[in-house]
Parts: sequence; C-alpha cells; structure tokens
Amino acid sequence: MSSSVSVKKPLAINCEQVVKVLSGFIRTEVLKTGFGKVVLGLSGGIDSSLSAALAVRALGPANVIGVMMPYETSNPDSLADAELMTRSLGIAHRVLEITAMVKPFFEQNPEIDSVRRGNIMARMRMIVLYDVSAAEKALVLGTSNKTEYLLGYSTLWGDSACALNPLGDLYKTQVRALASYLELPERIIKKKPSADLWIGQTDEDELGFTYDQADAVLELLVDKRLSVHQAVESGFPADLVNHIMKVVRQTQYKRQMPLIAKLSNRTINRDFRFPRDWGL
Amino acid sequence: MVIFIDWQMLVRLAQIAPRLGNTEYNFEHCRKMVGEAAGDGVDLIVFPELALTGYLLKDMVAQVGLSTWDGKIQELSRLSGNISILLGLVEQGEDHFFYNSAFYFEAGALAERRRKGHLPTYGMFDEGRYFTQGNRVEAFSSRFGRVGVMICEDAWHPINPYILCQDGAQILFIISNSPVRGMTETGDFLSVQNWQLICRSYALLYSCFVIYVNRVGCEDGVSFSGCSQVVGPHGDVLESLPFLEEAVATVKIDLNELPKARIHSPVLRDEKFLSSIHELKRIREKTFGH
Repeated sequence: MSSSVSVKKPLAINCEQVVKVLSGFIRTEVLKTGFGKVVLGLSGGIDSSLSAALAVRALGPANVIGVMMPYETSNPDSLADAELMTRSLGIAHRVLEITAMVKPFFEQNPEIDSVRRGNIMARMRMIVLYDVSAAEKALVLGTSNKTEYLLGYSTLWGDSACALNPLGDLYKTQVRALASYLELPERIIKKKPSADLWIGQTDEDELGFTYDQADAVLELLVDKRLSVHQAVESGFPADLVNHIMKVVRQTQYKRQMPLIAKLSNRTINRDFRFPRDWGL
Repeated sequence: MVIFIDWQMLVRLAQIAPRLGNTEYNFEHCRKMVGEAAGDGVDLIVFPELALTGYLLKDMVAQVGLSTWDGKIQELSRLSGNISILLGLVEQGEDHFFYNSAFYFEAGALAERRRKGHLPTYGMFDEGRYFTQGNRVEAFSSRFGRVGVMICEDAWHPINPYILCQDGAQILFIISNSPVRGMTETGDFLSVQNWQLICRSYALLYSCFVIYVNRVGCEDGVSFSGCSQVVGPHGDVLESLPFLEEAVATVKIDLNELPKARIHSPVLRDEKFLSSIHELKRIREKTFGH
C-alpha cells in the first residue's frame, strides 16, 4: 500500500483496478434493477468487444447476449470478428440483419444521403436491441467511449441509446489499453475503427484527425481544464485544438436529456431531482 | 471524579453497501450486524456515513430523515446496552432541517450526535443543496476515553482534527462515502491514495488512532471505494479493508500504545495552542476587521 500520490502519465490507467470498478458497476447496476442480463450490439469493433468482455466478467457468459445486425453493405469482416468475440467469450449471440427493415425506407426516399442512411441504420439497430431487451429482460449495454461522447460521434437515440455504459469515461486510447489487458483478439484491437455505415468508412477519416490526437487534446481541454490557448501553447496545432473545442461545444446537446420548458415550481430534473436508482 | 475507561477495545469496521433510499433494508442489515458483533464480544461497531440511506439521495433526503425519537433510533439505543455503535444517517433535526449526521450509541442510549459541518458542493458533489451545515467541532467522552468524529469532507479540513485532538480526542473516527475517481497508471485511484494519506497523517501528527470506515457499492454509476482502515498512533496501518468489496474486520485497539507514541513523538504536546489562537485572531482582524 502506497501513501504517496503518484504522478500519472497522460491517459495511463491501472487496468486491473479499472476492470474491477467497471465489472462491479455493471453487476450492481444491472442486478439492482431486477434484470439479470444485458444485451449489446456487437460490431466486431474494439468498443463493443470490450464492453461484452466486461459484461461477461460482471454477470457470467450465460447472462450476456450479443446481437450482430449487419446491413447488406456491411464489411463481412465485421460479422466475422463479432462471431470471433462471441466464441471466445462463450456468450449467446444472434444475427438479426437489418437490410429488410431499413431498405423500404431508403427506397421511399431515394434522395437520402449516406449520413441519413447511417443514422437510420443506427436507429434501427437501437429498435432491434430494445426489442431483444424487452423479450429477454436484458438491459441494453451501451458501448460508446468518452472520445465519441465528447465529439458527439454517435447517432442521437441510435447507438447512443442504452441503459448503462461502462466505457463512457474512458478515452479510445484507454479502451485500447484495457482491451489489451483483457487479451481481446489482436485483430480486433488493431483494426481501424469504423462505424461501418458505408463502404470504406473509417472514424478517423470522417473526423479528420486520429483518435490519438483527439484523446491528447481532449484530455488537456476536459480533464486538465486547459484553455484552448494553453492547449495550443503545449504543442498542439491551433487548427486542431480549435476544431475539437468547437465540435465538443456544438455536440453538447447530444449529451443531455431534452430541454423542458419550465413553468411549475417542480420541473423534472431541474427542481424535481431524484437519482436514477430511486426506488430500486 | 474517577473515570473508568476500557484500555483495550475490539472495534469492528462495517464496510457495507447501503441500498439507496431503502432505510428499512439498511436498518435491518445494520441491526443484524450489531447483534452479530455483540455476540462476538465486539466493544464498538462503526458503520459508514449515511449507512441507513445511501448517498446520492437528492430530493429523497426529505423522505429518509430520522428524528432522534424515531423508533429505529430507539431500537439502536436499546441494542447499545452491550456494544457501542457509531453510524451515519440523515437526521431530521428538531428545527425540521436535514443533517448528514453521525449518531453514537452507548450504554443503551443515544449518547452523542455530530452533524457534518463541511458539505461538499462542487465537482460531483451537491450536499449543500440538500443538507444543513453542522456548526460544532467537539470531542466527547466515551467508555474508550475521549474521541472525535468527522464525517467525510470534515476530515479534509485539517482544523477539525486539530480542534478534536486539542479537545482531548485520542481516537479519531472518520466515516465516509468516498467515490472512486482519479485513475493512476499503476497504483490505487487517487481518491483512495488521498484518504490513506489523510488517515496516516493525522494519526502520525496527533499520535492518535484513526479509524476510517468507508462504504462500497454503486449508485447511479458512482462506485464507492471501501479501503477502510485503522491507523495506530505511530502512523502504522493496523488494518486495511479491500477495495470495492463488502467486508468486516475486527481490530484490537490498545490505548497503551498512546503513551509510547506520545513520548516518542510529543508533537501534539508541543502544539502552541495559545499562540495559534493569537495568530487566528490577528488574521481574523486583518481579514474581517475588529
């Protein structure tokens, strides 16, 4: 036991202790609701794979349901990697292809662009997951990380919709460290992050910077409370820092519940304040 | 008057996971643990801050407060015939305000009541919104000699242990609800390291026992660390409880260690109490005028 305060390298984490906290979080928050299981979408990517691994540690493989929801243009590797994860974790899985669910909508709206199509696919996957949730009495486990949340890199009410999220306070860099610690398959850890909403899409191409860059800047702006000016002075390009700060501000609405117009003395969440665990 | 105190005592640390807002369940759980401890010959059982209610109560504070005449308090009084009990709860005061309080039961009665004076209202904390500040810092006499009680944030203000030890406290109890936060590269979370540092510092600086009881469990995504501990008057860690897990430990506290520690390192004796008051008065006049 050490009583000295250690100096932390940027974004370095004690994986053993973080895993303990996150598996305890999943176990406690799931069991107290009366649910015993979780369901999550498995994309074959690192975030959902790590979330599934943590859920297995928390609840056991029999209580984790992985759902793969490919679309006809999805990269076949995504499904193969998701299946690899379900096999290595020993969890039940289902493949529920969303092509037939979303295609009629696309056909009725031929002008639809790739972003809108991606949003519809993400929201259809949410509908599927919440239906499995109701059928199986399993809470939906979110898989977004802190980098994605802060950059608003998710579809509102789509992949961002969940009952609880174990990774939301970990940057992508930290997610990678944790995935390595839990010995997730190397190919899942190493592959380029992609929402796989259209052919050839990668997160970093779409964002315009790498996760390593984003995490380093976000840690300064958010965790270290540096101003944009100070972050630039510490060695990051002004364009990058300004852009990231702007994106964080512009996507603040994605991290909030909807605004409610205040009229009474007891407005929900403003002066009617209860924990989510109220009454459990 | 001759005061008899127990020079050796068995203290049980109850590192529990209260259920949020479920006073009935928490009370039953604590009552059972008190009974077991009494059966085991334990002299004192210490529960965490807000043991009867959980922490992130928000507007539930007004629903879970107990008055000193509440049946549950009467029951705890009755149970304390053979075992002393220190426990945190939401107190509904005689003034009908709510306090984050610690009740100490001894010899079949509610013997002492301490109200949290420093209500953290910053960062992730919002206690000042719901609770009323306590305004007394005072040690009290127990069957184990003079002791002081601090509730979580109170221990982050070093004037409090200073006053308590000047007031004769030889055992400092700290009951807390410390959330896990601050990741480090290889060691414990910063919040855990900080508490260990605080407990050892006060034990060492004031040659006293520090008995720190923190809760575990998870509320609305916030995990509580546990890592309760007992530190002896030489600054030596006598017992440490696990990270995140419910646990109990029974520790023998031997007050005979106090004279040894205090002859070895008479720092407390050499505190310049009157000089401190003089300087504080000077600063008060400089800051606030005469």
